[in-house]
Amino acid sequence: MSSFPVDLPEFPDEVVTEAYVRFVEPPGLGGRAALITLDNGYDHTKPTSMGPAGMRNLWAALDEALASDAKFVAVTGKPFIFLAGADIKMMPLLESREQGLAMAQAGHVLYKRLKDASVPTFAFINGTALGGGMELALHCHYRTVSASAVALGLPEVSIGLIPGWGGSQILPNLIGPEAAAQVIIGNPLNQNKMLRGPDLTKLGIADAQFEAADFIEESVAWATAVVNGEIAVERPEIDRGESWQAVVAGARKLVDEKIHNASPAAMKALDLLELARTASFEEGSLAEDEALADLEMAPEFKTSLYAFNLVRQLGKRPEGAPSPGLAKEIGKVGVVGAGLMAGQIALMFARRLEVPVVMTDLDAERAERGLEYVRGEIDKLEAKGRASRLKAAKLRSLVSASADKGVYADCDLVIEAVFEELKVKQAVFAEVEQVVSEECLLVTNTSGLSVTAMASKLARPERLVGMHFFNPVAVMPLVEVIATSSTDEETLATAYAVAKQLKKTAVGSADRPAFIVNRLLGRMLAEVTGAVDEGTPVEVADVALDRLGLPMRPFALLELVGLQVAWHLCAHLNEDLGPRFPLSANLRRLAEAEVPVFDPEAKGRGRLTEAGRALLEFGDKASTAGEVEHRVLAGLAEEVALMLDEGVVPGPRQIDLAMILGAGFPFWLGGLTPYLDRAGISTEVSGKPFAAMRE
Amino acid sequence: MNDTIRDVVFVDGVRTPFGKAGKLYEETRADDMIIRCIRTLLRRNPELPPERVDEVALAATTQIGDQGLTLGRSAALLAGLPRSVPGYSIDRMCAGAMTAVTSVSSAIAARQYDVAIAGGVESMSNHPMGEGVDPNPRIVAEKLVDTDALVMGNTAENLHDLFPAVTKERADAYAVGTQRRYAAALEKLKADFATMAARSSEEGWTVATADQLPRPETTMEGLAELRTPFRPHGKVTAGTAAPLTDGATACLVADAETVAELGLDASMRMVGFAFAGVDPETMGVGPIPSTEKALARAGLTIDDIGLIEINEAFAVQVLAFLDHFKIADDDPRVNPWGGAIAMGHPLASSGVRLMTQLAREFAEHPEVRYGITTMCVGLGQGGTVIWENPNFEGEQ
Repeated sequence: MSSFPVDLPEFPDEVVTEAYVRFVEPPGLGGRAALITLDNGYDHTKPTSMGPAGMRNLWAALDEALASDAKFVAVTGKPFIFLAGADIKMMPLLESREQGLAMAQAGHVLYKRLKDASVPTFAFINGTALGGGMELALHCHYRTVSASAVALGLPEVSIGLIPGWGGSQILPNLIGPEAAAQVIIGNPLNQNKMLRGPDLTKLGIADAQFEAADFIEESVAWATAVVNGEIAVERPEIDRGESWQAVVAGARKLVDEKIHNASPAAMKALDLLELARTASFEEGSLAEDEALADLEMAPEFKTSLYAFNLVRQLGKRPEGAPSPGLAKEIGKVGVVGAGLMAGQIALMFARRLEVPVVMTDLDAERAERGLEYVRGEIDKLEAKGRASRLKAAKLRSLVSASADKGVYADCDLVIEAVFEELKVKQAVFAEVEQVVSEECLLVTNTSGLSVTAMASKLARPERLVGMHFFNPVAVMPLVEVIATSSTDEETLATAYAVAKQLKKTAVGSADRPAFIVNRLLGRMLAEVTGAVDEGTPVEVADVALDRLGLPMRPFALLELVGLQVAWHLCAHLNEDLGPRFPLSANLRRLAEAEVPVFDPEAKGRGRLTEAGRALLEFGDKASTAGEVEHRVLAGLAEEVALMLDEGVVPGPRQIDLAMILGAGFPFWLGGLTPYLDRAGISTEVSGKPFAAMRE
Repeated sequence: MNDTIRDVVFVDGVRTPFGKAGKLYEETRADDMIIRCIRTLLRRNPELPPERVDEVALAATTQIGDQGLTLGRSAALLAGLPRSVPGYSIDRMCAGAMTAVTSVSSAIAARQYDVAIAGGVESMSNHPMGEGVDPNPRIVAEKLVDTDALVMGNTAENLHDLFPAVTKERADAYAVGTQRRYAAALEKLKADFATMAARSSEEGWTVATADQLPRPETTMEGLAELRTPFRPHGKVTAGTAAPLTDGATACLVADAETVAELGLDASMRMVGFAFAGVDPETMGVGPIPSTEKALARAGLTIDDIGLIEINEAFAVQVLAFLDHFKIADDDPRVNPWGGAIAMGHPLASSGVRLMTQLAREFAEHPEVRYGITTMCVGLGQGGTVIWENPNFEGEQ
């Protein structure tokens, strides 16, 4: 047995992955094969990962397997998990660049044994293979994948790293730079899209695919046939000429357009992709080592990890939620209104709760129209294969509509999605309260009106709670849950339980104007439109925040939410929170315009038409992009500080989580407050960073 | 309506390597074992479109947990058979898979099915004998059945009492012989193994490719020293009994016309079968009346039978059978490739294991026209199926 050649830091809390070696005698091999199983001793809910002790275990297993008479060596994992990558829990514990470098080198020196082995090596990818797990597989000479495997890929860039245990160099040389760029950069930046077993086969990452039922047996049989020469594995020739350069240039352009080069990890990954064309494996490995060590020390990585953990932990266990045991069972849901938002909400409840959902509107015709919309959406789900024939039939049978609010009599929860005006909502609840049972929850989907004001008109205000869903309801993962001072524990617990059943992440907010996300986006838009009103050209103001790499520029955001809605929001914030939210005359003009102000040719990009531009009036105080950026960030820092003072949320973590999930703010900003700290803005505005409050 | 009976054909059979209970497959699900057998069977017979399977009849003695949930249906679904293929579970203890074959064969003969999968599984690791049984108190109160009947080893000791000519020495010699025959036939047996992945949380994955239980080194001297766990100074030892075993089997049965239509191979033709009841306290004699009954119905005698696959629950029970039919202990027609004392007896699955072996032996013996598969069953039954060799080259 040889000792592991790299000195690694010790992590006492490491969940140690064992690497068991067993020898099998497949029929036809004429000898033994070594089968290595990676297993951390827990079930699939605790995926296997690689830390220093796990790496030493795999090293010892390779010692045993490679020193034996095995005719091939194969690596696989415990049920459902191949290997989920490097142990993410130890990453924040790396104390120096040297330790980061050592971990990078350790991965290389370990996995290289599979690549350099004199006998054929195989990865049997039976399940989840992420990051360092996928890279282990990439070092093997051949790979099989289970048709049912999920969560496969190289997601490092999403948390501010690069696939630095060989992934950035081996993958493009295996499947070509274009597909590799998609796996290494495109997918991580696209809501961290994961691959499935058949994707690996299609991409050419896996050489053979077998069904899960007898994946190990068939993989062993296939490997035997490969070793015996009965099966020849064919792989495409990779063109390492100019086309490679063109692909890298194209990828650079895409990253620039999408995130304006705000992610250092994505940039490094692009460099490594370029390097992989010409570099020897050793050169490539050295470059990966340096890149990993650099990135692990970069602030974007720390904030990314913070964001990753927020989503995984705080997202799963919302702070301030009462015991789930208090929650009531929901057996039927009422949706007031049959408009677009109401239809989306009705469909979501039907899909996730699988209980009857009844919508009402003012007359039968509107109610029927609302129902038609929902049915149309169900048809689309079925056509796309997202709902089976049976599930679609079930949904159709669950959703109904009526003009008579009497249908709410046996509902356990009634949610309103009517016009965003307090008096309208109060009138709706007054009417609904007459019909429903004593126990029925009343929920408002207001995006910012006072829930307390709605409660004040109710006979039983304790059963009213706000649940603010984001548009499009089926896609956006966030729901803000708003309790008033009279909301009782059962009601609040039920709201959180329902959010969970709807597969949404709930963040609690105090009943303050526009709650969390809309208040901050409103402040951002107020600063941007304010700068335009003062005389800053739209082209300058619109790109002022590019450095942050937000999912969309301010005018694209205006186009998405709709100018009337945005104007309504800003006016409402101005009314409630005062001159920090000045009324932008230009925004009003655009909102009230009777001609299209956004160029339909550039839909979604927030490009104004000539007619739209003609409506704008500019003052004589133009700002530079840098000045606008500073002004927005300072505005956001001020707003966050005020929100914390007001107790809108318990701390900055809830704000960051809400901005990540509700506004798509990127991991490399850590949501919002870590970036405000890093840029020095929080200290500048409030004299101290938010860091201490994030602990 | 066509009222003629059709020929039923045994096409192909497979089994997992058998494991010692509590060892190889301790952490392996029983349904996964039979699913692997079904999938292997379909892979070996690509001419058969899976949707042509009309029935999946699977046997297990203890039909709970991983052997429950209407195993025939759930395993068919999990094996990836089309949802249109039905399935059911079946139980006749040790003769479960045999009964699965005779049941679907009856329906095939009667033109109700064309193609069926039959098999059995027993994880004696997950389901020790007697798990969850709740014997009716009348058994004791009314002395209906001696409680010996519930302990198979006791029924074997009873057989020695009933047939004093079957001595411990003869039983030991028989066991040595079956171990030797198994060892000699091993490579041929392996042709019908479905390799089986087995995981241990302490050791990782392995892929089983060989039976775990055989003891080719068995000697008379070694056997003489074994204790007799069922009776002090008794005659039955671990060496002359089938060990506790985990394993699964499955086979393909079809009518002769469909076999020809699809281009499948007919490896045996069913002549007939019979089941018979005997005293539960001496259940081991079961194969005697069931074989007599089956032969009589078929118009054959034991002299027509050229190969006998008899399940070796205990050596004594095989010897009682041989004595009855006046066949020598070492007759080469009997279990020529070894039996359950060597390879193990995962209760409900063994019936198909006997058939798979007989089919292979038929191919090697074109001079043999008829063979039988037979076995004893707990609570006093025997089952026998008579098969005809399609390779027979003698006079019809």
